[in-house]
Amino acid sequence: MSFHPNEVARRARLVSAALAVLFVLLLGAFFRTQIVENSRYALQSEENRLREVPLPAPRGIIFDRHNEVLAENVPGYSVSLLSPSADSLRASLQRLAAIIPLSSDEIDLSVRRYRRAPYRPTVVLADASFDVVSVLEERRIEFPGLIIQSAPKRYYPNGPAVASFMGYVGEITESELATPQYRGYKTGQQVGKGGLEKEYEDSLRGREGVRFVEVDARGRVVREAGARQDLLPQTGPPLYTNIDLELQKYIASLFADSLQGGAIALDPRTGGVLALYSAPSFDPNRFIGGIPQDLWKSLNDDPNHPLYNKVIQGRYPPGSTWKLATAAIALESGIATLDDRMPEPCTGGFQFGNRYFKCWNHKGHGDLTLAQAIEQSCDVYFYQLGLKVGLTRLVAGGIRFGGRERSGIDLPDESRPLFPYADAEEYYDRKYGKRGWSQAVLLNLAIGQGENAQTVANMARFYTALATDGTESRPEIARHKPDRTRVFTLSEDQLQGLRAALAGVVSSGTARSAQIQGTVLAGKTGSAQNSQDRTRDHAWFVGFAPADDPKIVVAVLIEFGGHGARAARIASEIIQSYLKVAPTQHINTEG
Amino acid sequence: MPSRRVVVDIPLVITALLLSAYGIAMVYSAGQTDVPTSATHAWASQIRWLIFGIVAAYAVSRASVRFFEWAALPTYLMSLALLALLLVIGKGAGTAASHKSWIAIGGVRLGQPSELAKVTVVLMLARVLAARREPPKSLLDLWQPALVAFLPWALIMMQPDLGTGLVFIGIFFAMLYWSGVPFPLLVLVASPAVSLILAFNTSLWGAWFLLLLALVLWYKPFMLEGVGLMLANVVAGVVAPVLWERMAPYQRHRLLVFLDPSIDPRRSGWHVIQSQVAIGSGGWLGKGFLMGTQKRLAFLPEQHTDFIFAVLGEELGFIGVTVALMLFLFLLLRAVRIAERSNDSFSSLVAMGLASSWLVHIIVNVGMTLNLMPITGIPLPFFSYGGSFMLACWLAIGLLSRISREGRGARVGELAI
Repeated sequence: MSFHPNEVARRARLVSAALAVLFVLLLGAFFRTQIVENSRYALQSEENRLREVPLPAPRGIIFDRHNEVLAENVPGYSVSLLSPSADSLRASLQRLAAIIPLSSDEIDLSVRRYRRAPYRPTVVLADASFDVVSVLEERRIEFPGLIIQSAPKRYYPNGPAVASFMGYVGEITESELATPQYRGYKTGQQVGKGGLEKEYEDSLRGREGVRFVEVDARGRVVREAGARQDLLPQTGPPLYTNIDLELQKYIASLFADSLQGGAIALDPRTGGVLALYSAPSFDPNRFIGGIPQDLWKSLNDDPNHPLYNKVIQGRYPPGSTWKLATAAIALESGIATLDDRMPEPCTGGFQFGNRYFKCWNHKGHGDLTLAQAIEQSCDVYFYQLGLKVGLTRLVAGGIRFGGRERSGIDLPDESRPLFPYADAEEYYDRKYGKRGWSQAVLLNLAIGQGENAQTVANMARFYTALATDGTESRPEIARHKPDRTRVFTLSEDQLQGLRAALAGVVSSGTARSAQIQGTVLAGKTGSAQNSQDRTRDHAWFVGFAPADDPKIVVAVLIEFGGHGARAARIASEIIQSYLKVAPTQHINTEG
Repeated sequence: MPSRRVVVDIPLVITALLLSAYGIAMVYSAGQTDVPTSATHAWASQIRWLIFGIVAAYAVSRASVRFFEWAALPTYLMSLALLALLLVIGKGAGTAASHKSWIAIGGVRLGQPSELAKVTVVLMLARVLAARREPPKSLLDLWQPALVAFLPWALIMMQPDLGTGLVFIGIFFAMLYWSGVPFPLLVLVASPAVSLILAFNTSLWGAWFLLLLALVLWYKPFMLEGVGLMLANVVAGVVAPVLWERMAPYQRHRLLVFLDPSIDPRRSGWHVIQSQVAIGSGGWLGKGFLMGTQKRLAFLPEQHTDFIFAVLGEELGFIGVTVALMLFLFLLLRAVRIAERSNDSFSSLVAMGLASSWLVHIIVNVGMTLNLMPITGIPLPFFSYGGSFMLACWLAIGLLSRISREGRGARVGELAI
C-alpha cells in the first residue's frame, strides 16, 4: 500500500479538486436548464397543467337604419366535456345519455370532435335547454370535466323577414377550418354562415375569452377556476345597416307564401340597401345551435329553393328592362334621339333575313318615337335600334353598365351575371362556331334576351344610374362608403327624357296598373322567357320614384310571374310604403 | 459518575442532519399532491427511519474500526449469500418491479440486501487492499480486489439491477485509486468495458484500440498481461453487439430513450421529459415549497423516490438546487478529508469507499433528472424515500465519524447527551 502521508495528501487534493469540478459542471447543467432554458420549460409546464375553456364572445348586434334590432343575442347554455382520452369521453357520454337526451349519433359526433382537438373541451350540446342544464348542474359531481357555461345565442327578432341578407351562425366546419380565411379559428367555434353574419364575421365575432382549468397528468380536471386569471370575452361591435326594417317586413308580407322571387330597394344616391328579400324565405333562428337534419333536408329539397338567394344569386334574362340599356347606348353615341323613329313601323313583327321576329304585342304598335317605344316596350323598334347600334357597341355598352360584373353588394356568394365579353365576334364564334351565328343575335340582345342573364341586385344598380346623372351606386347594406361609377354620359335633357319615358310606362304604358297617387313612379317592366317553363315568363320590374327626384330604386322579380306588370304592382306597393303615399286603385290592364 | 459522552465529527454530522432534514421536507412535499398518491404519508415513515438511523450511527460510532476490519469477511460472505438467495426468492417493487431486489417475508418487504452489500464490499475491499505492503503494480496483482468486487456485482447484475451495479464499479475504481494503483493501470483495467461501449462505432473503437496499444507500450506491463488485455478488448468489441441482442427489451429501451427521450414521449421518455420540465420551470427561486405543479398534478413520476430531486428543482429553483449540491459536495469533501487523515490504510480506504458510493448515487440520480444519465432507479442519499437506504447512509455517517475520531488531527467536538 502506498500510504505515505505525502502521497495521500496529493491524492486527496486531486480527488477534492475533481469533486469540485464535477459539482460545478453539475450546477452548470442545472443553470442551463433552470435559468437559460427556463422560459421554454415554464411554458411547457403551464401547457401541461392548463386547459383552455373558451368563453364565447357575444356577437355584435345588428341594427337597421332606425336602430331597430335585426340580430341580437339571448342567453343560452352550452355543455362540453374535458376528457383525458376518447374512450373516457365515450364512457362519460354514455353515462350522460342516461340522464339527458343524447343519441348515439351525437355521441359519435362528439368523439369525432374530440379527436380533432383533444385539449379543448368537446362540445356535447351547443345549445342546451334550461331543463337539461339544471339536471346536469345537480349531478355535476358525477361528471368530472363537465363544463356548463353560458353561451350567448344568436336571435333574429324578425327571422324570416331578414333571412335573405342576414345569414345565420353555426359551428365552424372542418373544411372551413382548412381555409386561410379562418386561420386562428378553433374547432367548436361559432362562425357566420352566409349573409351579413359571414361578410362581417371579422368584426361581429368579437374576441373569445379563455377560462383556465387545471388538469392532472391523466387529463382529469382538478381545479375548475382560479388556476390562472381568466381572459374575459369581448363583445363584437354593433353593425349599423342601411336596412329599413319596416320596409323589409312589408316586402316579406307582399311576397307572403304564394310568390317566389326577389326584391331589392336602394337609395339611388348612396347605394344604401333599404331592403332585400328573397322568397320563399326561412327562419334562421331554427339554424342556431345546429341545424336539425330533417329541416336541412326539407329546405334543400324544396322546389322553390328557399336557401337560394333570388336577389344576388339567381340570374335571369333581364328582358325588356334591358331596353333602357340599349336606348342609353344609342343616345350616348348619337345614333338616335328620343324623338327618332325607325324605318319600319311595328306591325307585330320584324322580318330579318330568313327569320321573323315577333313583337310582344302581336297587333303591332305602329310608328313610334324612342320615348314611345320605351313606354310601350315595343320589340320591333328595339330590334331596329339594336341593328343601328351594332354588335360591338351594344356589347361594349352593356359591359360598361356592369353587365358582366357583380353588383359589389356587401354579401358573400353573389353570382356573376352572364353577358358576352368585349370581343363579341369571338364570343359568338366560340359559342356557336364560326358560321353558327348571324347578326340576329343582336336583335335578341337589344331586347334583353339571348346571351344575357342578370341578378336582381345588378339591375337595381343599373337603374340607379338612370335615377341619377348616369352614375351607378354600388349597393351597400352595412358599408357606409358610397361608391359611384359613371357608366354613361347623357345630357340633362336626355336623362329627363328617359325618365319621362319611364314615367310614361307607368302612367300610360305597360305598367299602368302600378300607378301611385301623389307621386310619379318611373320604371320598366320585363317579361323574361325562361327554359324551365315556356308558358310562364319571369316577371320583372325595375323602377324608381319620384321620377323627378328619385329617392328609391326598386327591382322586383317574380319567378314564373307572367307579365312584368305583376312585378310592377309589387314594386309600386314597396315604393308607396317607403314614400308613405296613398295607393291608387289598381286598374287591371293586363292583356 | 461522568456523563456519557459522544464524540462526533461535528461538520460531518451537521451536514448529514441538514441533508436529512432537507430530504424529509422534500419527501413531505412529494406527498402533497392533488392526485391521491401512496407517498402522502411517506414523510412520517422517513422520520422514523432517520431516528433509527441516527441511533444506529451512534452505536456504530461506539465500536472500534478494528471490529469492522474483523467483521468484514463474515458480513461480506453473508451479503453474498443474501444476494444469491434473492435470485431465488427476491421481490420487485415500485419502478423496479421487475428487479428481484427485495427480501420479503409474508409480503412485508424487509430491505434490499444490495444496500448492505455496498457497505460490506467497501469493508472487504479495504481489508484486501490494506493487507498489501505495496500497491498493486500489475494486472495480476489485482485479482483479489477484482474478485471481491466482481462476485456481488455479478449477483446484482443478475437481478438485474444496472444502477446498483454501477455503484460497485464506482467503489471498486475509487478504492483502487486511493490505494495507490497508478492511473494508467486503472485505465487498462477499465479498457474492456470501454471497448464494450465503443464497439457500436467501428472507427471510434479503432481509435480507442490504438490509444490503448500506445498506453500498453509506454506503461510496459508484463508481456502476457499486455497481450491478454488487448485480447480482452477485442473480445469485448466483438461480444458487445451479441450482449445488446441478449439485453432485456426494457433495458435496451431505457438506453435508447436516454440517448433521445423524444423517441417515446408518452412512456419511457415521459419520466425524463417531465422531470426536465419540472426542474426547468423552477427558475431561480422555484414555484415555492409544496407548490410544484408538475408534482402536484402527477406529471412527475416516482416523485418521492427516484425523482425527488426534480421536486426540489421545481419548488425551490436553482437556489435550492445549489444549496443541496453544495451540502453534498461538503459531505464528500469532508469524507475525503477523513480518509486523508485516518490512522491506518484500512480506515482510509473505508472512508474513501463510502464517499465514492455516495458520489455515484448523487451523480447518477441527479444526472438522471436532467437526462445526463440513463434512468437506473438508484436513490439519492438522504433524500429519496426508502428506509433501508436512509439507515445505510447513517451507518456510513457513524462509521466515518468513528474513523474521523481515531484519525489524527481531526477536529472532533464533544457532544454531551
